[in-house]
Amino acid sequence: MLSNLLVQLINGIALGSTYALIALGYTMVYGIILLINFAHGEIFMAGAFVGLMLVTVFKVHIIFAFLGAMLFCMIMGVIIEKIAYKPLRRSTRLAALISAIGVSIFLSNLANLVFGAKPTTFPPTEEILFKIQTYELIAGAQITNLQILTIVTSAVLMVCLQYFIKKSRIGKAMRATSQDYDTAALMGVNVNRIISYTFAIGSSLAAAGGVLVGIYFGVVKYNMGFMVGLKAFTAAVLGGIGSIPGAMFGGLLLGIGEMLAVALGLSSYRDAIAFGILILVLLIKPTGLFGTQIQKKV
Amino acid sequence: MGLLDGLLPAYYESILITVGIYIILALGLNLITGVTGQLNLGHAAYMCIGAYTSAIMSMHYGMPFIVAILAGGLLAAAFGVVIGYPTLRLTGDYLAICTLGFGEILKSVLYNVPAVGGAMGLAGIPPKTTLTIVFIVMIIVIISMVRVESSRFGRALVAIREDEIAAECNGINATKYKLQMFSLGCFIAGIGGALWAHKIMVLQPRDFGFLKSIEILNMVVLGGLGSIPGTILGATVLTSIPEILRFSSEYRMLLYGALLVAMMIFRPHGLMGGVSFNSIAKRGMRWLKPGDKPDDKPGQKGMGG
Repeated sequence: MLSNLLVQLINGIALGSTYALIALGYTMVYGIILLINFAHGEIFMAGAFVGLMLVTVFKVHIIFAFLGAMLFCMIMGVIIEKIAYKPLRRSTRLAALISAIGVSIFLSNLANLVFGAKPTTFPPTEEILFKIQTYELIAGAQITNLQILTIVTSAVLMVCLQYFIKKSRIGKAMRATSQDYDTAALMGVNVNRIISYTFAIGSSLAAAGGVLVGIYFGVVKYNMGFMVGLKAFTAAVLGGIGSIPGAMFGGLLLGIGEMLAVALGLSSYRDAIAFGILILVLLIKPTGLFGTQIQKKV
Repeated sequence: MGLLDGLLPAYYESILITVGIYIILALGLNLITGVTGQLNLGHAAYMCIGAYTSAIMSMHYGMPFIVAILAGGLLAAAFGVVIGYPTLRLTGDYLAICTLGFGEILKSVLYNVPAVGGAMGLAGIPPKTTLTIVFIVMIIVIISMVRVESSRFGRALVAIREDEIAAECNGINATKYKLQMFSLGCFIAGIGGALWAHKIMVLQPRDFGFLKSIEILNMVVLGGLGSIPGTILGATVLTSIPEILRFSSEYRMLLYGALLVAMMIFRPHGLMGGVSFNSIAKRGMRWLKPGDKPDDKPGQKGMGG
């Protein structure tokens, strides 16, 4: 029982680290323009498909496929922002939210038309990466090298992001814009460019998550972005939306919680559990674990 | 009863029934999202509750159709209160996510409950929905929506949409009004669901997913958020055109996604934004008697301005 729990804990950390990568995109965009970017889950799906296409059709090495997917989605995220969100920046939040939902529906159905409704399989891991090996940890817990790769890649990307946000000039401008959009604009921050950067970074992280999930589970499907996107959003809310460490922590927590539910034999309710967590968090502490209270002004 | 049944070929009658049901559903969502500005992404979930409740009522308990419909509506309204009471305190975006989450939870619960058919669905519902019944219910819903819009309650809802804090400063108990509005909208969704169940005769949990909610939202957005004639137009257009042109469902959803974005950018108030039956009547009067002031008709005194 204990070893089973430990195995699920490690599975949960691996799954949770991909949720965290996607949650970062939600939280960064929400921090700056207060919009739930519904299309983010579809960018994750697009990243997985681009990675898959690069590996199978163009026969690129997996590392370049990974980078290529990140680059593709970076551009895609910026274009989506320019087309669907930028014209609505001064209109109501309801309008922007409906537009985001529209983009999400459009992209997932476009993928359905292009790639078909059936799940597409990734080539076996041995061919593109390495042979899967299992390592014994304490108390019978096991970890595979694929899980180690997933966790390490996510961790490296998140550390890079944290460094970028804290140290670089653009990162500083991002933080300023998220604190006060208008004041940042008055102080000479090019807010439009900062918003583009935010979408670019968030989308490339989602693409990275997409390729990792594609390799990890071996299948890619046109509607995979919907559920994962919602769960990543849950993770972002759980950690406190707008907070970057919160998104990482929330992702891990959600992944672990979901896998523990599977360990307890509730696997057919695992989606319901994720939403149950979301609704509970919103009711008890809407600001999340790391979030700050925003004072509403008239 | 039955005046309208059998007048048209069965195919057109079926389309008209579908249009009528979608008008009912869309009017419920229009009250929540259009009039009050609370984005509800789980409208199909309340439709689902109404559908399953009424189906069980008429299959297992042999209830008359009217009782089954009302039971479906009431249970959907009860769920609306249960979900709305905690979530309506949240701001718009969180409400959207919570309603969406509720829809998904409901779906996965229905998948796992064998008593209502699980993933196989609930089959063998008697086909009791006729064009006459749908037409009568639709007229009742339209009239009550027009009356709600022009009442004190409706004006309070519009005030909440425009600025919740300012509305509360003017003595509107926003949470109370939003809760009443939400349960009314869910009641209408439940009634629509009950009619739907007795039309298609087989209920499956996956028919009531996120995409169904988006389909209904699209009707409201296309017609014009907050406009009753607009919502009716939107529901009619989006139900009958794909049916007549026989779009495949993938292209339809692709188009719906693009439509949502385009409407928000180019015409955020929809085709008939700001148009109510009252303004149509006034314009018609002016056209009939140029130079005359439009008559104040009884029953529409409550309209301010």
